[in-house]
Amino acid sequence: MTLAVDFGSTFTKVTAISDTGIIGTAKAFTTIETDIREGLHTALTELNRQTGALDYTHRLAASSAGGGLKMVAVGLVPALTAKAASMAACSAGAKVVKTYSYELSDDEAGEIYDINPDLILLSGGTDGGNKDVILHNARVLGSIDRDFFVIIAGNKSAASEAAKIIGGNAVICKNVMPEFNTLDIMPAKDAIRALFMEKIIEAKGLGEAAKIFSTPIIPTPLAVFEGAQLLAESLGPLLAVDVGGATTDVYSMCTGMPTLPNVTQKGLPEPFAKRTVEGDLGMRYSMDALVDVAPELQAYQGNCIADPSFVPAPGSLESEYDAKLCGIAVDIAVERHSGHLERVFTPFGETYYQLGKDLSPIKYIIGIGGPIVYSGNPHGILENAIGDGQEILKPKNPKFLIDKKYIFGAMGLLSRINRELALRIIENECMEV
Amino acid sequence: MNGKTLVMGVIGADVHAVGIKILSHAFEEAGFNVVNLGVMVSQEEFIEAAIETAADAIVVSSLYGHGEMDCRGLREKCDEAGLVGIPMYVGGNLVVGKRNFAEVEQTFLEMGFTRAYPPGTTPEKGIEDISKDLGV
Repeated sequence: MTLAVDFGSTFTKVTAISDTGIIGTAKAFTTIETDIREGLHTALTELNRQTGALDYTHRLAASSAGGGLKMVAVGLVPALTAKAASMAACSAGAKVVKTYSYELSDDEAGEIYDINPDLILLSGGTDGGNKDVILHNARVLGSIDRDFFVIIAGNKSAASEAAKIIGGNAVICKNVMPEFNTLDIMPAKDAIRALFMEKIIEAKGLGEAAKIFSTPIIPTPLAVFEGAQLLAESLGPLLAVDVGGATTDVYSMCTGMPTLPNVTQKGLPEPFAKRTVEGDLGMRYSMDALVDVAPELQAYQGNCIADPSFVPAPGSLESEYDAKLCGIAVDIAVERHSGHLERVFTPFGETYYQLGKDLSPIKYIIGIGGPIVYSGNPHGILENAIGDGQEILKPKNPKFLIDKKYIFGAMGLLSRINRELALRIIENECMEV
Repeated sequence: MNGKTLVMGVIGADVHAVGIKILSHAFEEAGFNVVNLGVMVSQEEFIEAAIETAADAIVVSSLYGHGEMDCRGLREKCDEAGLVGIPMYVGGNLVVGKRNFAEVEQTFLEMGFTRAYPPGTTPEKGIEDISKDLGV
């Protein structure tokens, strides 16, 4: 018997799992302001009411409470180390608020102060390459009066000096780009996860709660990421979209290699399992970009800002507004996640460069999160993920599934101790719409 | 290893893949750290690679006759990107037709290249010149 807990920003969700499947779920408001264990207790009481008292052999947890793992990525060239750093942070389940490149300016230092991140991933330079910029950026970060940690994953020849400049809160790991155009993001990902477990959980007031669990608490998006990876083992290449109050996350599990003739892949190599986070596409806290597309919903945005916890009644006008906004979030987030083609004219005729992943052959798109799942029209919302596969390489002809009980994260957690069972459950629980 | 890093590639829409491999191998043998960008390399890719790797020189190859068009503006973009004064070398079949090489060389030197080489130049010649220019 396994208990999976997700400390969300609004709700603490608990799932009881037996050897045959899910036997109960419950949720309660997250109580991070007082003691996060109170909300957990309320949710567990509700769960016990459904299932009777249970003896759990494993207790697993993920958390995005207290704003999640808020990160800033810093690199040198935007398309190279800055992108690599951002990819590493995204794959570790962080909410990457902003990515910076070249020498940080005073204004940017002010911005980072305002963002007040938990963690900064500092990269720049291949091993033996540019040192000046990472050292400059270490000095700038060292001068910002905030309590963030810094993981240094840049030019190894400058790493220890950068760590000295920053001081006690710096950790060194391997370069995200040791050689030109070669990605090595796993060490940075592991370093992020380790710091999250050792320091950030404590800083966010989850230290006491963490002792209840048999394995360390991981960031919720990382659990969802692992859930999506798991499902791809049986369904093959897929895309998952999670629309939330503050961000929209997109996960792709595919090589994304060119499928069209006369196309050459360019840019950084793309990881098979990739996550992107859009911090400007959220249903409540970050609606500006959505309302730009649907200006008629400006008044509604005002209501949502006044009450971010507002959930419209099914069938109401407001629920139609939300469905519209959610569709826009899916459209833009999937477009940003997808690769695109650039036409080049050569002496031998037209040819194309592909930057990013070609998602056109994707067969399944999975909708995750309340705004999609409870919208009343998940199919209509997910259709926004489709493209014509011409210039923007969005999926062309996928089937749509939804994570109807919000179990992706729980199954990601479970997959760490019982992969077979987690796979069986996730296959059963995804519903075609 | 001589501690010098060279970024090299075949510029533009040119897909001649063999020569650059030979050059890359020859320069590595001679002790250079070579970042080989391969074929169909844009000016921006040369520059971005040179920034990240703190390259000591950029070596451009062009075999298909459109080198002049592809190389124009590279020096100015390097200046703009902070790679002021980085040595740049170019070689291959730089132009179509039977123009006198002295004329071609002059064109490329005016575009900001440190040296330009005609077809048939041996790798040894390039290694010798670049070693001298970079002080190794």
